[in-house]
Amino acid sequence: MSHSTVPRSRAGARAGSRTPDGSPAEAGGGRRAATSTGRGTGKLPFRLRFRRDRALVLMTLPAVALLLVFVYVPVLGNVVAFQDYDPYLSDNGFVAMFESPWVGLENFQRVFADSAFWHAVQNTFVLFLLQLVLYFPVPVALALLINSVVRPRVRAVAQAVMYLPHFFSWVLVVTVFQQIFGGAGIIAQTLRRHGHQGIDLMTDPGIFKFLVTAEGVWKDAGWGIIVFLAALSSVSPDLYEAAAMDGAGRWRRMWHITLPALRPVIALLLVLRVGDALTVGFEQLLLQRDSVGPGASEVLDTYVWWNGIRNQDFGYAAAAGLVKGVVGLGLVLTANKVAHLMGEQGVYEK
Amino acid sequence: MTAVTPDVRERPGRWAAPPRPPWEEEPSKAGLAGKGLTLTLAALAILFPLWIVVVTSLQSKKTIDAAGGLVVVPRGVTFIAYRELLTGGQVQRAALVSVGVTLTGTLFSMAVSVLCAYGLSRSGSLGHRWFLMTLLATMFFGAGLIPTYLLVQALGLTDSYLALILPSAVSVFNILVLRAFFMGISPELTDSARIDGAGDWRILWQIVLPLSRAVLAVISLFYAVGYWSAWFNASIYLTDQDMMPLQNVMIQLVQKQERPVGLATQINTGQLSPLAVQMAVMVMALLPVAVLSPFVQRHFKKGMLTGAVKG
Repeated sequence: MSHSTVPRSRAGARAGSRTPDGSPAEAGGGRRAATSTGRGTGKLPFRLRFRRDRALVLMTLPAVALLLVFVYVPVLGNVVAFQDYDPYLSDNGFVAMFESPWVGLENFQRVFADSAFWHAVQNTFVLFLLQLVLYFPVPVALALLINSVVRPRVRAVAQAVMYLPHFFSWVLVVTVFQQIFGGAGIIAQTLRRHGHQGIDLMTDPGIFKFLVTAEGVWKDAGWGIIVFLAALSSVSPDLYEAAAMDGAGRWRRMWHITLPALRPVIALLLVLRVGDALTVGFEQLLLQRDSVGPGASEVLDTYVWWNGIRNQDFGYAAAAGLVKGVVGLGLVLTANKVAHLMGEQGVYEK
Repeated sequence: MTAVTPDVRERPGRWAAPPRPPWEEEPSKAGLAGKGLTLTLAALAILFPLWIVVVTSLQSKKTIDAAGGLVVVPRGVTFIAYRELLTGGQVQRAALVSVGVTLTGTLFSMAVSVLCAYGLSRSGSLGHRWFLMTLLATMFFGAGLIPTYLLVQALGLTDSYLALILPSAVSVFNILVLRAFFMGISPELTDSARIDGAGDWRILWQIVLPLSRAVLAVISLFYAVGYWSAWFNASIYLTDQDMMPLQNVMIQLVQKQERPVGLATQINTGQLSPLAVQMAVMVMALLPVAVLSPFVQRHFKKGMLTGAVKG
């Protein structure tokens, strides 16, 4: 190999041999750094590294640029929470931010003084808790059931049917529920034909929280099954055989082998769900806001939508959104901390 | 791999039960019946509502009126609702918009994501840690609805289909799954290509991508489903009713029970049942998803799960 080219493979080989006592940066690469393609950065000057890796950098840039523009830049836009923002001060909404008057914490004071805000907070937590308690048992039970079925075709068909709704849009899920439980739904229709009064469960604020939970279970239980089945398939059959030899029946095998195998997955999913607690089905609730009324369906996200997008009170809505965002960030970080403490991976590879 | 049990269960095309391991006790009749019943009920909970929707969309006005609304037991089949919807007008246009946005968006998202995933698949490359941090951090926070809305407006994307694609084009989760899969590809393959003089573009195109068909199929489905199902961005960024995608038209016609533009005469003169039209719109929204998802199912084990589990 000539010396004029960037010594890619030699750099790699050196990195490989160095890894055992390597720098933390390389240790982060883990398994990868130990192979011959792990790019030990070592003492290669920037210019050479750039020449070697420019294709990789170029490939990464479009996605990073999109994230910068549509996730990072808008974060700065949260300054409108501290303004009496008026989009009509300029032709361009972003320029108007520089011309709107600053009002300090006035928007936040208004938010915290609004009983509708606290009502939305309350709805958010009630829905979150209800979904937490009622969602998990369904996919776990179904996964255990499917796992105990030995016929491959039955397993495949059952799975395929059950996770189908996961791919449905919320619009479709809500309209499907409407056909069953709505005022013109099949239940009301059957009741009326037999001389009873029809019912409309879709517009009843009293049971709305259960309806929302049922929609969530209908849509996503099948998806949860996949995750739990994957965990179950990694259990060694030897364990079951050994337990059976020692005289454990099928229930004791489930209790002592299967459920412990699921425990870390359930714990992780629970923790992640807690981290996402403030986002309880925004699209789903927004879709049904008109039919059931804001009293039962208003959560933090729809509150922000109503005040900002509908009523064009941008500063106020941004303040409410910022409160939600900051508390939500705290929850996510805490949840991940807990996940890592439990020895799990969290949402990403550490 | 734990070979024994899965291999026995994966024997193709058999409804019959494979032999049980000798230590496992035979299930009781009642147990089997209970299992079958529960599974059947769970499947029915999903299939029965869909059955009603599909069947009603295929019935004539007479049958629907006789049933007093939704039809459970079909009497003949007529495609009149679909024919009316697909001969121009609001729903046909919305369906075309949805197909267009889904195809364009999925292609764009896949291109950006695959490139980024490959670009980040070599730890220690230039800027690797910074780029990765930039991606990962977005999994912990969001900018919030209002600032994002103001930005999209300021960029002049209002009333443009770009507003339905660009803000949601990148899913960090999908990139991480792709990246994990790419990193799992045996380095001998890429190294030997590199020694033969192939650059990164060529390695990606000729070696990595052909080896990743399963995960590419799964991630494409994720993106496509996302674009197909999206309605919220259209509801806030599009003001022109003629530009609305299918989901938004479905909200108007099915959820809010508005009459479809252009079909009022047929409905008022009593040839066409408005309910059949509504159900036909729903079928149009669910059909592509229902057809595609089982097709991709066989890739799940190979693609998504191995990728995700390796994390």
